[in-house]
Amino acid sequence: MNTAAAKKAVVKDDAMNLQKEMIAENYHQLARAHQEGKKISATFVPGNLNELLMCFDFVRRLPETDALQNGMRKKSGKMIMDAERDGHSEDVCTYVKSDLGMMLQGEVGPTGEAMPHPDVLLLSYTGCFTFMKWFELVRQKYGCETLMLHVPYQGDGRINPAMRDYVVNQLKDKIIPALERISGVKFDIDRLRSYMRESQKAEEDLVRVLQSAKQRPSPIDGYFGGVYYIGPIFTAFRGTPEATRFYATLRAEIEERVRQGKGPVTPEGEMAEEKYRLVVEGPPNWTSFRDFWKMFYDEGAVVVASTYAKVGGVYDFGFRHDAERPLESLAEYCLGCYTNLNFPQRIDMICKYIDEYQADGLLINSIKSCNSFSAGQLLILREVEKRTGKPAAFIESDLVDPRYFSAANIKNRLESYFQMIKQKRAAAVH
Amino acid sequence: MSTKEIVARCEQLFEDLDFSAVKQWKAAAPGRKAIGYMPIYVPREIVHAAGMLPVGVFGGGDQLEVIQGDAYYQSYICRIPRSTLELGLTGRLDCLDGMLFPSICDVIRNLSGMWQILFKDKYVKYFDLPQTYDDATGGSFYVHEMQTLRADLARLAGREITDDQLRASIAVYNDNRRAVRELYAYRAKKPWQAPTSEVYLLLRAGCVLPVEEHTRLVRQYLAQADLEKRAQRDNARVVLTGAFCEQPPLGLIKSIEMAGCYVVDDDFQLVQSYLLEDVSAAGDPLEALSRAFLHHSAQTSSKYDEKKEDKGKFLLHQVKTRGAEGVVFAAPSFCDPALLERPMLQEVLAKHKIPYTAFKYAENTGQMAPIREQAGTFADSIKLWSAA
Ligand code: SF4
Ligand code: SF4
Repeated sequence: MNTAAAKKAVVKDDAMNLQKEMIAENYHQLARAHQEGKKISATFVPGNLNELLMCFDFVRRLPETDALQNGMRKKSGKMIMDAERDGHSEDVCTYVKSDLGMMLQGEVGPTGEAMPHPDVLLLSYTGCFTFMKWFELVRQKYGCETLMLHVPYQGDGRINPAMRDYVVNQLKDKIIPALERISGVKFDIDRLRSYMRESQKAEEDLVRVLQSAKQRPSPIDGYFGGVYYIGPIFTAFRGTPEATRFYATLRAEIEERVRQGKGPVTPEGEMAEEKYRLVVEGPPNWTSFRDFWKMFYDEGAVVVASTYAKVGGVYDFGFRHDAERPLESLAEYCLGCYTNLNFPQRIDMICKYIDEYQADGLLINSIKSCNSFSAGQLLILREVEKRTGKPAAFIESDLVDPRYFSAANIKNRLESYFQMIKQKRAAAVH
Repeated sequence: MSTKEIVARCEQLFEDLDFSAVKQWKAAAPGRKAIGYMPIYVPREIVHAAGMLPVGVFGGGDQLEVIQGDAYYQSYICRIPRSTLELGLTGRLDCLDGMLFPSICDVIRNLSGMWQILFKDKYVKYFDLPQTYDDATGGSFYVHEMQTLRADLARLAGREITDDQLRASIAVYNDNRRAVRELYAYRAKKPWQAPTSEVYLLLRAGCVLPVEEHTRLVRQYLAQADLEKRAQRDNARVVLTGAFCEQPPLGLIKSIEMAGCYVVDDDFQLVQSYLLEDVSAAGDPLEALSRAFLHHSAQTSSKYDEKKEDKGKFLLHQVKTRGAEGVVFAAPSFCDPALLERPMLQEVLAKHKIPYTAFKYAENTGQMAPIREQAGTFADSIKLWSAA
């Protein structure tokens, strides 16, 4: 390695390494599952019922994670094109096409290990209509049994008892009996409770980590770094002792950074000076994740809070899995995910973040694939600007389709946004 | 009225982006209210039972210049939310006292929240339809959802909505559904006598006219159409599917017909034909509406198919019962529900050896030539295929 390359070597903190190992181990387990006589479930990140699936000994697959892992490894572009050649429209969500493309290429997962078909698709229908079509498409091709869990949308900005009862009844009458049948394992509510107790501990620590960004300087990046922090809890690990350990370690690490007054760790080391504090709405781009992040830390911009870090559960406004009311609590979890909130709720949340995290403004990364996040985001931008008086900016990219990441355009846009913040600050001083 | 006059009246209603018919209806008696709804389906019976006029809002078509609406949407979002916003922001929907946004896709879902923010003085409801179809779970949830709508509208109306009123409205809509079924059956039998461009306008009139008047108009058209003999052509009989939300321009429908296709079934205005059988006008009215939705409603892309084997059943049924020779997939650009559904339906059709063609459109598509050409080639190939 030459010196320049050595300098560029990726720096990661302990927790980041740990989560990478956990995710790799999960792929390992998936690869071996069928040989070891285990069943595989697939379910979506928002509203994923990980604790429940663990009660039936499923090895757990999350197709969005597969897509993003393929994106980060620069494999998704070809998968998407394969799916398009197979008859899928260029207009639709690229997560779906990346998943279908991966299957078309053979049963190989992002890490290069075998990726067997799931035995059950648990269609946690929360916060995105595309989920339904996605699993219907997988079912059509591979015949996997599919279980629909319909989670109503918070159209009025609240969860009413009828919505909660609806989800609980589906769990009781449909989902749990079907999972028992498919897995051959009898449901044990105390087992579920014990997993939920673990979840709660991890959730508590995650919230402390995310809220540490209220400090100046922020010890974390709540978007790019946040992705590593939410990884285990949003996927196959919530409710496991490993996740509890991970979040305890992470919290200790971050609290130490706060004591030392340190900024976030970036792939190129510790960020020197915090110049801009931003709130970000929308998922990141995965195919150029590192380059995208660099555009921020090179300029001293830290994301102090992001809505993306709430897609798998909005914990920072108080929700915790509650072992005393297990099914009701699972229902509330599903109902409360970020993309299941209505527009006024989303806007309130962003304005609160700008205020509580003393942010300089809002940046929206609008994702072509994702109507759930993106349709109407320009109104979010206007409303947040109007309500907070802070500048907002809008960039466009995609999750895993490299054709929609224009580095030069995004960089230009970001640079002028940072200038705008600077000018606003100067104007406020004079 | 001759068919020509009926169609001219419908066309005038269709082109009137100021919703004058709604305004006139409201002005005819004090205190009248109108409630808009977006595609695909809402139980209009509840609005009707409240003494209000349900108004279908299907975007701005190709006649509306969209300026403000475009400022809210990225280029990769379909057209209907922007033209609908344009209608709202330019005051054309001021005559509506509320808007219902049924659960169809994330775009309409998010538009419901935008409406809450932009039109604060209006009643706005996101209307969630169940994706589980047993009476005990999906049904209870749906009845509750309808009950909420009923209570909200009762507040707006300043009076209760009684079960009797609901049952009476169900009967009125059953009659309308029967008329629409007759219209579809007639067109399938004699498509040259009732061209789809006319049938479409007749259906669109149902978006703004009181239902009783619409039923009369449909029946009048049917009686009249049969009296006026028109030339029969050797066209290909097709089912058109995928156009359940954003509507194609009228010119596009005409182009398909001119290219040699008789459209013998479609999903343009599903709200009017979603419930496939009469709803019971006896017993608990909301439960009757719920049962009709859960057990006797059309399949469409925004509705979950419980089993793999169910996919495409409804489309196959349309093809079979209408005697269609092929399917035209017409979907709005960037329409996730229609475009994600399409490959699954195509696979089913391929298995049954039913030919199909597919294209995308926008409500303001101006260039008809490519679509006409594609539809023409498709019609020719069907004819060749059936001759072989
Ligand atoms: S539309 Fe958005 S939320 Fe839905 S699957 Fe695609 S990326 Fe995920
Ligand atoms: S055209 Fe399709 S994507 Fe657009 S609002 Fe309608 S259903 Fe949704």
